[in-house]
Amino acid sequence: MLRFIKIFFLTNALLGAVVLYAGNKDIELLGAGATFPYPFYSKLFHVYSNAYNVKVNYQAIGSGGGIRQLINKTVDFGATDAFMSDKELKKAPMQIIHIPTCLGAVIITYNLPNRPKLKFSPEIISDIFLGKIKMWDDKRIKAVNPGVKLPRMKIVVIHRSDGSGTTFIFSDYLAKVSKEWANEVGRGKSLKWPLGLGGKGNPGVAGLVQQIPGAIGYVELIYALSNNMPVGIVKNKSGKYIVPSINTVSLAANIKMPEDTRVSLTNTDAKDGYPISSFTWLIVYREQDYGGRSRDKAKALVDLLGWIIHDGQQYAEPLHYAPLPKEAVKIAEKVLKSIAYDGKPILK
Amino acid sequence: MRRVLFSGKFIGVIQREANIDSDRAFKNILYISGIIVLILVLGIFVSLTLNSFPSIKAFGMRFLTGKEWDPVSREFGALPFIIGTFLTSFIALLISIPFSLAISILLGEYYKKGILSSTLNTTIELLSGIPSIIYGFWGLFVLVPIVRAFEIKFGISPYGVGIVTSAIILAIMIIPYSASLGREVISLVPADIKEAAYSLGATRYEVVRDVVMPYARSGIFAGFLLSLGRALGETMAVTMVIGNSNLLPSSIFAPGNTMASVIANEFTEATGNLYFSALIEVGMVLFLLTTVINIIGRIAIKKMAFEGGQ
Repeated sequence: MLRFIKIFFLTNALLGAVVLYAGNKDIELLGAGATFPYPFYSKLFHVYSNAYNVKVNYQAIGSGGGIRQLINKTVDFGATDAFMSDKELKKAPMQIIHIPTCLGAVIITYNLPNRPKLKFSPEIISDIFLGKIKMWDDKRIKAVNPGVKLPRMKIVVIHRSDGSGTTFIFSDYLAKVSKEWANEVGRGKSLKWPLGLGGKGNPGVAGLVQQIPGAIGYVELIYALSNNMPVGIVKNKSGKYIVPSINTVSLAANIKMPEDTRVSLTNTDAKDGYPISSFTWLIVYREQDYGGRSRDKAKALVDLLGWIIHDGQQYAEPLHYAPLPKEAVKIAEKVLKSIAYDGKPILK
Repeated sequence: MRRVLFSGKFIGVIQREANIDSDRAFKNILYISGIIVLILVLGIFVSLTLNSFPSIKAFGMRFLTGKEWDPVSREFGALPFIIGTFLTSFIALLISIPFSLAISILLGEYYKKGILSSTLNTTIELLSGIPSIIYGFWGLFVLVPIVRAFEIKFGISPYGVGIVTSAIILAIMIIPYSASLGREVISLVPADIKEAAYSLGATRYEVVRDVVMPYARSGIFAGFLLSLGRALGETMAVTMVIGNSNLLPSSIFAPGNTMASVIANEFTEATGNLYFSALIEVGMVLFLLTTVINIIGRIAIKKMAFEGGQ
């Protein structure tokens, strides 16, 4: 018994020493939120913590969870695919600011014999997902796809079953291009789908689409590119048919941005932009002096954010994310400079 | 050992008191563990009730009868999930009964020992030890195409996923539970009453039908209830093959959703108090449902045991 107690105390002392040592050496930043940019973030944080002595621990628990955790002040930063609404911001205990980190897009994928390249107009997409276009050889699909042999097959709609930023971006787009969609379904991370099957996550949707002949679904661009899935070409607001790619997604952000960076890029005004694109954001409190946080920690956080919008951008493209355009970086810089500690700005 | 070494009267007394002390401590630990379990279950129920209060206040009974589940306009009715849960679980139970009954008779009556018995037993135990995600994958890649081929042949919408597919997966998952309990009670049927039946000229089939089954009835029934409870709460495998449609299923081949799987799907991104609370209320309904089924089971077992005794 005595020996057991001895060992117990010894290990405790050792453990304490290790913790103290680690605590002295590094600053640890905690983040949580969106799953969509997770591969990008984990690469960024890995590179960053090797270069600077700052550990970043990011949990991909979903955008909603990220916002909740920031509001509860259990993390240093949150991450979200859909910017917080005015109503959500008002509910937060202090002012929250958004910093865009990269762009993502949602693409239409389908399962048809011979993998034809298909064009879609916004009306066709919304009517398929509303259940009004039921067959693949519908004359409206034929009209925008001259020369493509469309089979007489039933369209099977596949959607996400879990709440997700991907669904939000997709439904936000549909609500903008179709009045009927806006009235009957609306926009949100989970929806009341008028028809179809649900798959969990991008792999769930992709799996169902690949299995069911005649299926159509939506997944993130990065997922479609890395899995070589058929990708629909979508007509944008200026009437151009745009092939989704990292380039056309970046181009979607070629618009005038608001000061707080909270802007929806779906159905973008940009002439050559892919219309179902979106920023993804990190969210932090503007005033960093809360809950007994040290100035060093606040400084480390701002440095990390600054590094992400500048040097970090080079890691986006190899991972199929679209980097921020210059205009967006400039505005993000301004936002970053507004972050303060005890009322005084951290960056000069 | 120690008492021999220090064989003084004094030490002996201390030792005996220490024994009594440790005995008391042991008893206390048992009591405390029991009470903690009670408190835990009660605590779960209380926190579910508290958290679902906003939703109860907003919808009342409409929550149980409403067909609309619309997070955008914040209208929540859980009927499609309640029906989905019942349909999948009961169909699964129906499918599983012939198999689990046959296995329990085979192992409890025909082959109590031997290679066949131990192989089958291990296999069944393995079946219950497989993580449900693996059942889900198997369902998605093996069962779903089979069901789809069947659906194409009969001119039903060829989804492959849906209520029936998840019921089949569930049936396979719950067989071990009812089969192992069934085997246990069948093997406990006293040999003398079976021998009495044989001595009257009964065949083996007649002994199983008229002696073994009535005697083991309540235990077998308890096994079915246990497996039904498992089916009601199963989440992962069902989510992967049910089609996750929040509409009322139009047939057993249609996609649907269950209470457990809607919680698993939507909980992480449930922003907004009412949405969150509605999902918790779904959890509470599931909790109550399982409790009620358990209570019905207890009553039925008591009643049957009484009849069986006569």
